[in-house]
Amino acid sequence: MEDLQLPSIDYGALLPMLILFGAACVGILIEVFTPRRSRNPIQLTLGFLAVTAAFVAVIVQHSTRKITIGGAVAVDGPTVFLQGAILVLGLVSLMLIGERSVERGGPFVSQAAITVGSQKDLKQAGDQPGMTEVYPLTLFALGGMMLFVAANDLLTMFIALEVFSLPLYLLCALARRRRLLSQEAALKYFLLGSYASAFFLFGVALVYGFSGGISLSQVHAAVVDPQRSQILLYAGLAMIAIGLLFKAALAPFHVWTPDVYQGAPTPITALMAACTKVAAFGALLRILYVAFDGVRWDFQPVLGAIAVLTMLVGAILAVTQTDMKRLLAYSSVANAGYLLVGVLALNEEGLSGTMFYLVAYGFSVLAAFGMVTLVRDADGEATHLARWAGLGRKSPLFAATFTFILLAFAGIPLTSGFTSKFAVFGAAVEGGQTWLVIVGVVTSMLLAFPYLRVVVMLWLSEPGESTPTVSIPGFLTSAALVIGVAATFALGVMPAPLIDLTRDAAQFVR
Amino acid sequence: MEYAHATGALSGIWLLIAIPLVSAAILLFLGKRADKWGHWLGVLAVAASFVLGLIFFFSLRGLDPEQRSAELSLWDFIAVGNLHVDFGLLFDPLAGVFVLLITGVGSLIHLYAVGYMEHDPGRRKFFAYFNLFVAAMLLLVLGNNYVMLYFGWEGVGLASYLLISFWYTRPSAATAGKKAFLMNRVGDAGLAIGIFMMFATLGTTQYDEVFGNVSALSSTTVLIMGLLLLLGAAGKSGQFPLQAWLPDAMEGPTPVSALIHAATMVTAGVYLIARSNAIFTANTTLQTVVVSVGALTLLIGCIIGAAKDDIKRVLAWSTVSQIGYMFLGVGLGGGAYALAIIHLLAHGFFKANMFLGAGSVMHGMHDQVDIRRFGGLRKYMKWTWLTFMMGWLAIIGIPPLSGYFSKEPIIAAAFERGDWTSWLYGMAALLGAGLTAFYMTRLFVLTFHGPERYTEDNKHPHESPFIMTVPLMLLALGSIGAGWLMSTSVPGWLEPVFGPEEAHHEAVIPHTLIQILGIVISVAGAGLAWAMFRRGTALQEQPAGVVVTAARRNLYTDAFNEAVFERPGIYLTRALVYLDNRGIDGLVNGIAAGVGGSSGRLRRLQTGFVRSYALSMLTGAVVVVGAFLAIQLGWLA
Repeated sequence: MEDLQLPSIDYGALLPMLILFGAACVGILIEVFTPRRSRNPIQLTLGFLAVTAAFVAVIVQHSTRKITIGGAVAVDGPTVFLQGAILVLGLVSLMLIGERSVERGGPFVSQAAITVGSQKDLKQAGDQPGMTEVYPLTLFALGGMMLFVAANDLLTMFIALEVFSLPLYLLCALARRRRLLSQEAALKYFLLGSYASAFFLFGVALVYGFSGGISLSQVHAAVVDPQRSQILLYAGLAMIAIGLLFKAALAPFHVWTPDVYQGAPTPITALMAACTKVAAFGALLRILYVAFDGVRWDFQPVLGAIAVLTMLVGAILAVTQTDMKRLLAYSSVANAGYLLVGVLALNEEGLSGTMFYLVAYGFSVLAAFGMVTLVRDADGEATHLARWAGLGRKSPLFAATFTFILLAFAGIPLTSGFTSKFAVFGAAVEGGQTWLVIVGVVTSMLLAFPYLRVVVMLWLSEPGESTPTVSIPGFLTSAALVIGVAATFALGVMPAPLIDLTRDAAQFVR
Repeated sequence: MEYAHATGALSGIWLLIAIPLVSAAILLFLGKRADKWGHWLGVLAVAASFVLGLIFFFSLRGLDPEQRSAELSLWDFIAVGNLHVDFGLLFDPLAGVFVLLITGVGSLIHLYAVGYMEHDPGRRKFFAYFNLFVAAMLLLVLGNNYVMLYFGWEGVGLASYLLISFWYTRPSAATAGKKAFLMNRVGDAGLAIGIFMMFATLGTTQYDEVFGNVSALSSTTVLIMGLLLLLGAAGKSGQFPLQAWLPDAMEGPTPVSALIHAATMVTAGVYLIARSNAIFTANTTLQTVVVSVGALTLLIGCIIGAAKDDIKRVLAWSTVSQIGYMFLGVGLGGGAYALAIIHLLAHGFFKANMFLGAGSVMHGMHDQVDIRRFGGLRKYMKWTWLTFMMGWLAIIGIPPLSGYFSKEPIIAAAFERGDWTSWLYGMAALLGAGLTAFYMTRLFVLTFHGPERYTEDNKHPHESPFIMTVPLMLLALGSIGAGWLMSTSVPGWLEPVFGPEEAHHEAVIPHTLIQILGIVISVAGAGLAWAMFRRGTALQEQPAGVVVTAARRNLYTDAFNEAVFERPGIYLTRALVYLDNRGIDGLVNGIAAGVGGSSGRLRRLQTGFVRSYALSMLTGAVVVVGAFLAIQLGWLA
C-alpha cells in the first residue's frame, strides 16, 4: 500500500474558525454539565470571549495570503476582511441575542411546545433566564460563515453552507412570542434552503463534470480552456449561482426573506440580515472573481438582470408593507440588489466597495432591528407600522435615533448609507455597468418613500392610547445600538480608514 | 507656496475650535440641567481658546519669518477620484491675528453677555449658540482649503440666523432672521459656485495649490471666479448690493450685534478676499470692481447712517460703511491688504466697544433705542460715556486713537492708485471720513449730551453692573492704543501672506496734505454735528428734503429689492407652483400610483405558501439556466 500523503495544515491560518467551533462544542458541554440557572452568564461570557479571541486571531494574521489544507481553504485579503466583519457584526448580534432584561425570560423559548400564556409557560419564563442553546448555535453559525467566505473548493463551500444554515433554521424557530409564526418561518426557511442547497450541489456536480476538479483554481483553468463542453459549464455556473443568490436574498430567490425575517426572533433576524449577507456575498465574490472570471462577459448580463429585478422588487414591495420587520426585510432585499451591482463591477473597486457596503449596511441593520426589539406592548414587540405613529412625541430620543438609521438606509449624506452606495455605484460605473447604477439610483428614490413615511409617522402623528411604550434597553442592547449608530455615523463622515482597509484587502489568491 | 507642517505646540491648533464646540454641545444637550452654570462654561471655553490662541501666536512668532505657517491635516475629508479635500487647518500670520481678534474680543463680549442676558430665561441657549458661533468662525479662518472655509462660513451663517431670531416670538426678530438668511444665501451660492469652479479648473481647493496655480488660468476664468468669491464676501459682509440685511440684524441681543454683526462675522468677506489675494491680484478689472464696491458701500453706509434714529441701526450702517473702507483696502491690493486688516482689527475693538456701550445704554433705559429719547446720559452713566467717547473718537479718526492710524492710510492708499481713478476713490474715502464724523458725533451728542428727552417710564437711568462695564473699559483701551500698536508691527507680520510691499505709485496729492485734510474734514464734520445737535432734536420725524428722505428709506434699496427681486420672484413662484400642480405633480402622482399599484399586485405573489415560493424559485432557476445556455448558444448577445 502506498503512503497516504496527508495535506499540510496551517493551523495558524485556521485558528479563528477553530476557536469558534471549539467554543461552540464547549458550549454544548456546558449545556449538559452546568445547572440551568448559571448557564446564561457562562454561555454569554464564553460566546463573547470566543468571538473576541477569534477576532484577535484574524487581526494577527491580517497579512497572511495562502491556501491551506490541500487547497480547501484560502486565507487572503477578502477572507481576512470578511471574517473580521462577520466577527464584529456577530459580536454585536450576540449582544442583542444575550439581552434578557427587555422581555421576561428573554426572546427565546426553550420548550416551544408549551402553549403560550399557560401556567407552565409563565412559570418557565419566570424561572429560567431563557434558552441558552442559542449561544452555541450562534457560534456554529458564525464559524460556518467564516469558513464559507474562505472556502477555496466547491465541496468545502457546500459544507460550510450547511454548517451555517442548519443552526440558523433552528434559531429561527425559537421565538417566545408569536411562536407559531416563528416555527412556520423556520420550516419554510429549512425547506426552501434545502431546495436551494440541492441546486448548489447539482451545480457543483456539473462543474466537476466540466472541469474534472472542484478547487476553484482548477475550475478557473478549465474555464479559460476553450476545448471543453460549455453547456456543462454554464448550467453548473447557473445552479451554483442560484444556491448563493438564495442565501443572499436576491430576486426571484428572495421569496423566503419577508416571512422568515418577520417570523424569526428579532435578534436572529438581525444576525441574518447582517452576518448571513456578508457570508453569502463573500462566497459569491470568490466564486465569480476566482473561479468564473474567464466567462465574466457571459454572466454579467444575466446577473445584471437579476440585480435590476431585485432592486425593483425590493423597492416596490417595500412601499406597501405595513409591518416594520417586513419593511426592513424588503429593504434588505433591495440592498442585496445594490450589493450585487457592486459585485458585478468585476474590478478591484467593486470588490472593495462591496466589502465596505457589507460592513456599513451590517451595522445599520443591526441597529434597526435592535430598535425594533424595544417597541413593545403586552403581546411583545409591536411591529405593525400603525402602532409606531406618534412615537416621536413619547420617546424623542428613540425616534430620533431610528430616524437617523432610516436616513442612512435612504442614503442621505453624512451617513454610511450614502458613502457605501457611492462606493458600489462608483465602482459599477467604472466597470462599465452604468445601466445598473441608473436603476440603482431610481430604486433608491423609490425606497426613500417607505423610509420617510415611517419618519413622518414617527414625528407628525399624535400618539394614541394604543401607542406602545419604548422599553428601556438593557446594557447589552444599549451597547449594540450605540455601536451600530456610531458606526453608521462614523462611516458616513470618515469612511476613508475603512475604505483603505478594503482596498488593501481587495486581492484574491487563486 | 508651501506651508510647513505643524509641530510642537502648534499641532494642538484643532483645540481652538474643539473647545467652544464641545462647550456648545454640552450646553445644548444638557438642557435645563446646565441653566445654573452654563453661561460661565461658555465664557470659560472662549477664554480658554483665547489663552491657547496667545500661546500658538507666540510660538508662531518664535519661528523664522519664512517658516511662519503651520498646516495640520486632521483627516482626509472627501476623497473621490481625483478630488481630495483635507479636513485640515492652517495657522499662519493672517489666521493668527483673526484668532486673537475672535477669541479676545469674543471673551470680553461673552463676559459682558453674562450680565446683559442675566434676566433672560434662554441664557444657556444663548451661550450655546454663541459658543457655536465662535467655533464656526474659528473654523472659517483656520481652514487650509476653501471647503473648510465654506464649512465655517455656513456655520457662522447658521449661528447668526439663530441669534438674530433669538427672541423669535417677536415678529420683527423672526423676519430679520429670515431676511439675513435669504440674503446670505445669495452670497453663499456665489461662494459655492466659485469653489466649484476651482474644482473644475484647478482640481483642488487647498490654498497652497490654488494660489500656486492661479497664474495658469485665463484672465476671464480668474475674473469670473473672483466675482463669485466677491459675491460671497459681499453677502456676508453686508456690502453693496447685499447690504440690506445687516441693519435689520440688530433685532438680535446687543452682544450678538457687537460680536457677530460688528467685530467678527461681517468681516469674513474681508478675510476671504485677503486670503485669496493671489486670485484678486491676478486681475486688475477684478480689483477695480472690489474697490468700487467698497467705495460705493462706504458712502451708502454713511449717508443712511446719518438719517437714522435707532442707536443700533446707526451703528450697523456705520459698520457697513467701515467694512466698505476695508473692501476699498483689499481692492487696492499690494500694501493696502495689510492696511485693510489693521482697520478690521481696530474696527473690531472700537465698534464692539460702541455696540456694548449702546447695550449698556439700553440696559439702563428699559431697552429704549431711539436716540431722540436720550440726552444727558453722561451724568448717569459715567463709565459708559467715557468708554463710548473713546470709541467715537477712534472711529472718526482723531489722532492718536486707533481709527486714525487705521483709516488714514487707506485714504492715502486710495489716492495712490496711479491714474485718474485715484481722485475718484480718494475723494470718496475722504468724503466718507467727513460724513462718518458727522453722524457719529450726532449719535454721541444726542445720547450723552444736551437736554434730557426721556419717555415717561425712563425717568431714572442707571449705570450697568461691573461685569458689563469692565469689558467696556478693556475694549476702550483697545480703541485707544490698538491702531498705533498695529500700524508699526502688523504690515511686517503679514508679509509672508501678502508678499513684500511693492513700490507704489506716486500719490496725486502729497501724503502730508492728505493727513491734514483728513483731520480737518473729520473735525469739520464733528463740529457741524455738535453745533446742530447740542441742544437736542425734534422728538418726531420732521419733513425733510430729497436726500434725507431717501436716506431714511435706506436710499430706496429695499424698495428696489422689492420691485426687482421680490415681486417678480413671487410671480415666478406662482407660475412654478401652477406648473408644478398641473404638470409635474400629475406625472409624479401617476408614477406613485403606478408603483403603489404594482406593489399591491406583486404582494399577492407573496402568498405565504412554501409550494408557491418553491415554484417561483423553480421558474427563476429555469429562466437563469436558460439564459446562460441561450448566451452560450449565441441566441442572446
